[in-house]
Amino acid sequence: MDFQAPIVVVGAGQAGVQVADSLRQEGYSGELLLIGNESHPPYQRPPLSKKWLLEPGAFSALSLRGAEALQRRRIELKLDSEVTAIDRAASRLRFSNGEQLAYSKLALTTGALARALALPGASLGQVLSLRSIADSGAISAALRRCAAEDRPVVVIGGGFIGLEVAASARKLGAAVTVLEGLPRLMSRVTAPIVSEAFERVHRAHGVELVFGAQVTQLRGSAGCIESVCTADGREYAAGCVVVGIGVVPDDRLAAAAGLACDRGILVDDCARTSDASIVAAGDCTARRLADGRLLRLESVQNAVEQAKSAAAALLGRERPFRAAPWFWSDQYDIKLQMVGLSHGYDQVVTRGDVQKPAFSAFYSRLDA
Amino acid sequence: MAQVTYIEPDGATRTLTLAAGTSVMRGAMDAGVEGIEAQCGGNCACATCHCYVQDPWLDKLPPPSDDEALMLTNVAAERRPNSRLSCQLIVEPGLDGLTVRFPDRQS
Repeated sequence: MDFQAPIVVVGAGQAGVQVADSLRQEGYSGELLLIGNESHPPYQRPPLSKKWLLEPGAFSALSLRGAEALQRRRIELKLDSEVTAIDRAASRLRFSNGEQLAYSKLALTTGALARALALPGASLGQVLSLRSIADSGAISAALRRCAAEDRPVVVIGGGFIGLEVAASARKLGAAVTVLEGLPRLMSRVTAPIVSEAFERVHRAHGVELVFGAQVTQLRGSAGCIESVCTADGREYAAGCVVVGIGVVPDDRLAAAAGLACDRGILVDDCARTSDASIVAAGDCTARRLADGRLLRLESVQNAVEQAKSAAAALLGRERPFRAAPWFWSDQYDIKLQMVGLSHGYDQVVTRGDVQKPAFSAFYSRLDA
Repeated sequence: MAQVTYIEPDGATRTLTLAAGTSVMRGAMDAGVEGIEAQCGGNCACATCHCYVQDPWLDKLPPPSDDEALMLTNVAAERRPNSRLSCQLIVEPGLDGLTVRFPDRQS
């Protein structure tokens, strides 16, 4: 009998775990390896910008699948492992420690990286961004320290992550300023009426919101952040800075191996890449829609649903992902839930009390 | 501690011993019980940990919060009078023997 190399999943986040799970559910019985570059077993990231900042707890509360679940599904977990190259001609992976591994099929679920601030001073101490459990712990500690020392927290970016961090900082008792480059909060994903409702909430909780803020540099002393400067000449004192200016799909491995990428690994709605042996799912992808546009979604649902498509594709089946996307955000005691994409709307209808705020907003396009 | 029995979509049952304070969802995810997705990880934001509470346990559980009641309108499988989100069901000694069934689809 021929030796069959394992199916290998690179990236042990939400998408990677789901690819592995779904392969078993779809009946794959061969060897299955899930490779992660962190030392933790797979964990959930959404709480890291929410309740975990307030109360970092036991790791088990974040765990995506317990050891028993992985064992039961015969998913072999290889942690602390950095894949450095994909040799597609030989169907092999290379690791940073020189190891090599043959694969029969490959799933790339490498996630996204926090977009870095490309400005002078961005590498000063206590300039933080959020992606991993370690990042969340560092931010949580910084927020507490700022509260205790009565120093302000400056958040750069008024999107989900920035606002969730701002809300957590207020709950911990720190003064917070949010610097947003555009004229309103969460402008990429919500209508002005929703942004305005959240502006009122954050201001009522004592957050200083600055719009149209063009950050020019970060100043520090002794290697540590002291202030953030903006183009209008203002300078904001900072005990720590949290940068929440979006993410960059991590397509580095795929791009270096010659897979088609465009700010994300290009996939179709069945999660197939330009290589028939390789699929990709989650934050690392850019999905080609039927009308030719590229869709990049950073969400748990996208990771899970694309992963199911990816697992099916590895087994030669088509399971296109076309469900309506959904997202959520927790800020103070308010839950923002969104379904569908709102770009291109021409009318917003609300129901409920926008001031409270307890309302629904419906986006519509009349010519559609 | 309490024993919780899960009925998977194909009818197979698994009984787990869970510590008080653990959610029924968390117990299932850690042990790899089939039929649950729990995409949002217990934030009552996704309705993919939907379960049917088996007799006689429904009346012994605290009623759903407003958030849960709202999310229950979004479950993928049929919603029944005994539908609950398992992330909102917290194990306590009085629930020893609790039995839930997972539906055949969560999303």
